Parts: sequence; C-alpha cells; structure tokens
Amino acid sequence: MSHKLLRSVRRRLPGSRWLVIAVPYLWMLLFFAIPFAIALKISFASAAIAMPPYTELVQWAGDKMQVTINTANYLFLVRDSLYVNAYLSSLEIAVVSTALCLLLGYPIAYAIARMDPATRNVALMLVILPSWTSFLIRIYAWVGILKNNGLLNNFLIGLGLIDEPLQILHTPVAVYIGIVYAYLPFMVLPLYSNLVKHDHRLLEAASDLGARPWKAFLTVTLPLSKAGIIAGSMLVLIPVVGEFVIPEMLGGADTLMIGRVLWQEFFNNRDWPVASAVAIVMLVLLIVPITIFHRYQSKEMESKLT
Amino acid sequence: MSPGRGNSGFTKAMLVLGFVFLYAPILSLMVYSFNESRLVTVWSGFSVKWYGELFRDQQMMDAAWVSIQVAFWTACASVVLGTMAAMVMTRFRHFPGKTLFGGLITAPLVMPEVITGLSILLLFVSIGPHIGIGAQRGMLTIWIAHVTFCMAFVTVVISSRLQELDRSLEEAAMDLGANRLKVFFVITLPIIAPALISGWLLAFTLSLDDLVIASFVSGPSSTTLPMKVFSSVRLGVSPKINALATLMILVVTVAAVIGWWVMTREDKKRQRDIQLALQKG
Repeated sequence: MSHKLLRSVRRRLPGSRWLVIAVPYLWMLLFFAIPFAIALKISFASAAIAMPPYTELVQWAGDKMQVTINTANYLFLVRDSLYVNAYLSSLEIAVVSTALCLLLGYPIAYAIARMDPATRNVALMLVILPSWTSFLIRIYAWVGILKNNGLLNNFLIGLGLIDEPLQILHTPVAVYIGIVYAYLPFMVLPLYSNLVKHDHRLLEAASDLGARPWKAFLTVTLPLSKAGIIAGSMLVLIPVVGEFVIPEMLGGADTLMIGRVLWQEFFNNRDWPVASAVAIVMLVLLIVPITIFHRYQSKEMESKLT
Repeated sequence: MSPGRGNSGFTKAMLVLGFVFLYAPILSLMVYSFNESRLVTVWSGFSVKWYGELFRDQQMMDAAWVSIQVAFWTACASVVLGTMAAMVMTRFRHFPGKTLFGGLITAPLVMPEVITGLSILLLFVSIGPHIGIGAQRGMLTIWIAHVTFCMAFVTVVISSRLQELDRSLEEAAMDLGANRLKVFFVITLPIIAPALISGWLLAFTLSLDDLVIASFVSGPSSTTLPMKVFSSVRLGVSPKINALATLMILVVTVAAVIGWWVMTREDKKRQRDIQLALQKG
C-alpha cells in the first residue's frame, strides 16, 4: 500500500514530466498547427508584386485599423471549372487506387500473416524494403518501363502480342500503376499487423462446422480485419488526394490532380493566395478521413495503456 | 491442409505477383545502369561509364551532400522529439490538451506534402523575419520542416516498442528509489534502443527522399538531391539517374540486411535470457 501511495505522490510531482510534454508539443504547434492558420489568413489576401507576394490583411491608416478580407480566391476556385474538376478527379483517382491497393494488398498481407514466423519476417522485410529506396526513383523506373519504346512495349512486341506500341505513359493508367506501386506497402503493413493477430482456431471452428474456405473468410476473417482495412485505406487515400510527383511524372498534361494544380499556382503563377485557398479547401475535404485515421491511430497507440 | 495455417494456391500466386510487381521496376533500373547506350531501354553492351559520369557531376554531388547533412540532423532531432512524444502518448494518461497533442502527432503521417510544404513556407515567410529564422531559406528551414513530419513517423515506431515493454521493470526500479529520469535512462532507453535505431533510419530515409516539402522551403543555395534528380528526369530519362538509383538501392539493402540480422540476434538472445530466467525461477 505504501508503495502505491508513494508512487502516486511521485507521479504528481511536476518537473521533467512537463518538459517532456512541452518540447514536442510546442514544436508541433509552432511548425505544424500555426502554419495552417497562416495559410488560412493568406488565402484571404490578394496577390501582389512584392516579396512576399501578397497583401497584408491588417493595415494601419493613422490610428485606424483596416482589415481587408478578400474572398475572391475562393470564389475563383468555385467559378473556374478547372479547380472543381481537379478536386473531383483527385478524389476519384484516390478512391479507385485505394480500392486497387486493397485488392492487391489484402491477399499479400493475408499470405504473409499465414506463413510460419521465420519466413514471415523475411517476407515482411521484402515488402518494406522498396519503400526505403527513393520514392522519386521508383516512379522514374516506371517511365522507362511504360514509355512507347520502353521495356513493356518492347516485350509485348517481341512476343508478337501487339504490332504498335501501346500509349501507356502520360495516361491515367500510368498514374494508377504508379500510385498502386508506391502506396502498396502502406496498405499491406496495417493489414498484416491486424491479420497476424487473428486466432487460427476461429477458422478451424468455422471449417469444423462445415463452412467452405471462402465462406469462412467472408464471415470470420474479413469482419475481424475491419480496423486494418480502414487504417490501410486512409494511409493510401489521404496522401494520394494531394499527390504531386506521380501525376507530374507519369500522367499526361490533361491528368488533373489538385496537388499538381497547387504546385503550378505556387511555383509557376506565383499566386500564393490562390495556392493557399487551394490548400485550405483540400484540407477541409480531407478533415473527415483524417479524423477517422486519427481515431484509429490513437486507439492503436493507447491500446495497452490501462 | 488445416484451415488456420499455410496458404492456398490463390494467395501464393498473389504473393508472387505482388513481389514481381514490387521488384521488377527496381531490377530494371539496376540492369540498365550498366548499359552502354544513352537510350535507357536499348541494350548495347556492358559499361560502368555512367557511374563515372555520376561522380563527375559536381551539382549532383553537392546536392547529395546537402541532403545527407539535412537527413543526418533531421534523424537525430526526430529521434529525440519522437521519443519524448512517444513517452507522452504511451505513458501519460491525462493532461490538458492531450487530444490536440494526439492529433498533431498523427496528422503529419497522412497530410498531403503539398499542404505541409506550402503552410510551413508561409510560416517562415510571415513570422520568420520577427523571430530570426527563415529570413534566409536554406538548410535550416529544410531541417525544421523535415523534423516536423519525420518526428510523427518516429513517434509511431517508438510507441509500439514502448507498449510491448514490460512496465514492471520500470516500476521495480522506481520502487527501489530511482527517479523518473534515472529510470528512463537506465531501464527504458536500453530496452527501446532497437526502436530508436529503426526510427533514426526511417527519419533519415524519409528526409533523404523528400522532394515536395524541400522544394517549398529551400532557398537558392540549397538544392537537395531529390530536387536535382527531379529536374534532371524532367528533361528525359538519363542513365546517370539509374546509376544513382543502383547505388542507393545497394546501400539501403545492405543496411536493411545488417539491421535485420542484428534484430534477429537480439531477439534470439532475449528469448534465451527469458528461458534461463524461467529455469532458474
């Protein structure tokens, strides 16, 4: 008893505990949270030829404070069909490629989870290993494979399957291949860590009761892996909506994705307020998926905190 | 076959397909880095001349050096901050603002890079002059931006290790009179050391790999390696990039294999220790 009392007294003492909280907290507030507030502010400014290239919202004329809120950037996004289409097609590409990652990633995660522990670790490492090499370079590899005189077309022509090279590079198909390729490990890992925890006896029981393997999978394994499916899907869906490198390198000029539009507004048009508005609207669209992911992730991190 | 273990033909086939899909592009990059011809996809004989060209490319070497320095310091800072954040997430039950703290740690894991990059640049531009950072954009601003997103990944890696840790060891030490700080450095830190190493390596590779965020926050004098690679592949495929890719893949593979070997050995040793302890008890 006295041990417990002493310990709880000690736990209440301030000191290093607050320092441990404060340092990462302040860092993330200053460099992650506050920047969004600043982006929100600048999305209501006007572009200007100056450095920085936008107007101030608050100006002092003598002792009068003048606040100018410019909503033109948002109106511009709504009225110009380019932006609306870019948002819609980014969401579509993200949803479809998440589904593709799930279709390909689930069997892989399932197969690895059912291996014996020694081979399991090797297989898992083989899934992770490519994502430790440069993302940019892995996307670049697909340029060499998919282009008109690339490896895939040469291979297919060599086999006599086609006479003319297929135009794959600079089409949506190439973008999908690139996204599924780059994001597959993010789908496999959470699925695997969920599937590996399943109790084998449940499947044995289902089989003893006469369920066919497919039926047992659909009624036992699939519902139990819901948390893994959600986590993996969010890890793919959310970043893909804002993807820039893949549509830029593998997509055509007409592959509209909002990350690319934001990049062009910022770097090519140097219109920082419009770029900020694009970012804020994207953030608003992603709030729901981010919240779902956050709920799952904090449950994961605190699951053993009793 | 028992329904609980082993794989059917279908899952095995998917596994093989998956690995071919993951590794074929990487292998093609490596093979064509030894190609004589400038045309990346036409084989005209074995040559290592592109490796020579790569090392003679002074801009590329400068960019690589910038990236390695930024990645090194990013990894160090991310591990320190990430360990603190992981302790907070797994050990501290309630404090004001814990929900927000959790959100600040998990959101960077999925936040699209264009949003993070643009926002932090706007921070540097608008308040930088007042607090003295970011007035000159360069390695310092890239480092800050990289630590911000790498720290979240490191926190996840270290948290999962902290969760597995047997709390009774920490509590025993505390009962014996060690204070929190001492318990952390003497008991907790050595046990989570493998997670610190994998967190460090993860942060290093994430930083080394980042194109989008660095493009927003870098200055004219600090081009990182991905920025240089991106601008050169935009002009078309180049065997020099294949040579660079091959070198990076080799380094990563060797590091991963060594890391894996060390981890398995540690695991075996720990299992043995537990066995011995059980036998004695």
